[in-house]
Amino acid sequence: MSAVELRDAEARVGGRTVWRDVSVTVERGAFVAVLGPNGAGKSTLVRAVLGLQPLAAGRASILGRPPGGANGRIGYLPQRRSFDPSTRIRGVDVVRLGLDGARFGVPLPGRRSRAAAARVAETIDLVGAGHYAARPIGELSGGEQQRLLIAQALVREPQLLLLDEPLDSLDLPNQIGVAALIRRICRERDVAVMLVAHDVNPIISYLDGVIYLAGGTAVEGRPEDVISTEALTALYGVPVEVLHASDGRLVVVGAPDLHGHHAH
Amino acid sequence: MPTSAVFTGLDWHPVHDARELVAYPFMQHALAAGTIVAVTAGVVGWFMVLRRQSFAGHTLSLTAFTGASAAGLAGVPVIAGYYLACGAGAVALAAASGSRRSLSRESAATGSVQALALALGFLFISLYHGLLSDLDSLLFGTFLGVTRDQVLVLLLVAAPTLALVAVAARPLLYASVDPDVAGAAGIRVRLLGLGFLLVLGISVAETAQITGALLVFALLVTPAAAAHRITARPVAGVAVSVALALAVTWTGLALAYFSVYPVGFWITSVAFAVYVVARAAT
Repeated sequence: MSAVELRDAEARVGGRTVWRDVSVTVERGAFVAVLGPNGAGKSTLVRAVLGLQPLAAGRASILGRPPGGANGRIGYLPQRRSFDPSTRIRGVDVVRLGLDGARFGVPLPGRRSRAAAARVAETIDLVGAGHYAARPIGELSGGEQQRLLIAQALVREPQLLLLDEPLDSLDLPNQIGVAALIRRICRERDVAVMLVAHDVNPIISYLDGVIYLAGGTAVEGRPEDVISTEALTALYGVPVEVLHASDGRLVVVGAPDLHGHHAH
Repeated sequence: MPTSAVFTGLDWHPVHDARELVAYPFMQHALAAGTIVAVTAGVVGWFMVLRRQSFAGHTLSLTAFTGASAAGLAGVPVIAGYYLACGAGAVALAAASGSRRSLSRESAATGSVQALALALGFLFISLYHGLLSDLDSLLFGTFLGVTRDQVLVLLLVAAPTLALVAVAARPLLYASVDPDVAGAAGIRVRLLGLGFLLVLGISVAETAQITGALLVFALLVTPAAAAHRITARPVAGVAVSVALALAVTWTGLALAYFSVYPVGFWITSVAFAVYVVARAAT
């Protein structure tokens, strides 16, 4: 059973088709990046996997269930989330919410409560946030907040992790650090990861696969196969060139409604 | 004015003064009512500050004034007016602020509701040609004349309200700090938001009975804001907020009893002092 399987899927938002004929598979334990220009429907794809965006056509199986049916086994980190500096809640509390924050009732001290606290502490150690998790989350840097939010998404030990642009607000060393962390979790915990990214270069060496959305549809495959002149020209339907910079970076040139200078 | 002229009732003997404070039934009722109100305001205020809904709380407190003046005009008990108007105000605010995606849109909508509430209150006061001295206590509070029945009603409303907050505490915390992820985790964020505004409305209606409509904030915001500065632990934060609200209320009531100044002034001043100390110390 694959973690995510979409066949001939179509998504419509406000009467407009965002993408169609999308057939992608994410295997268990695979680290896959979702790439594409702004407005190509990357977040829509994530929302479709969660069942928050119903499919207009096609089939989907998420951890063996229809979209929305397996959300208890999915860790989700939405786009561009940072806490207001005045938010006076500790990082450890934010992680704890990921574990039992949706539960009604009064939590009583006892064995279950201690087990929950131990799980939270272990997950915080896993993301390397131990030395700042007790501070108010609003006072932490973007990278620190992002690690704690990943811990929040991980604390229920999900089988699928959906991360919508988790690297966007981070500086380059932090982008690489967080990508390495996600790769390690992917391997150690056998978690499938779909990570929406704006720039593939900092993370390309960690990836097992790429889903590239453009031109109203998507292609998937190994990073070096998808991010190539031939594949992207076919996808965009206009001549597109992938340049290999001397520092190893990939630069996509000529893609419509893309900023020509921007690396993808 | 010399101190002895302000604190006319004080003996300056702690044990004797404390005994005198609880000697009369009217003062026992006032202290009981103040205690119930302080616990409610401390708990609900903590969540209100966390959710950045102080402006909604302020609007509901003016709605309490509208309700009280409407009740006066209609000839029904003022307390019924408090609860009904604050409940209706909460529903109106929830409808006006929508999904809370845009805080600037929410505050504009809240401000519009507030202006309407104040205008209606003024209209009802103008139409009501009763005793105007009642207006003072509607706006600025009184601890005289709290009846045993009033204490009982306060308790009967506060107990289930606080039980509800306790049961929903974790989802409410989740939806308050992280609405997107809370929604994906299956929490009905908007419904919970409406529920919280109703709880806030009830708390305002309770608090207004002691502090008056305009000074509700002294108990609802100030102890909670100080608690948020003192600790970032949720459970400890709520406990500190309640403790400060209780300290402010009891001190305020005692000062009002022994002095010639009104209770609303004392509670507000003590609360302000607590906030200043909390800011300076943290």
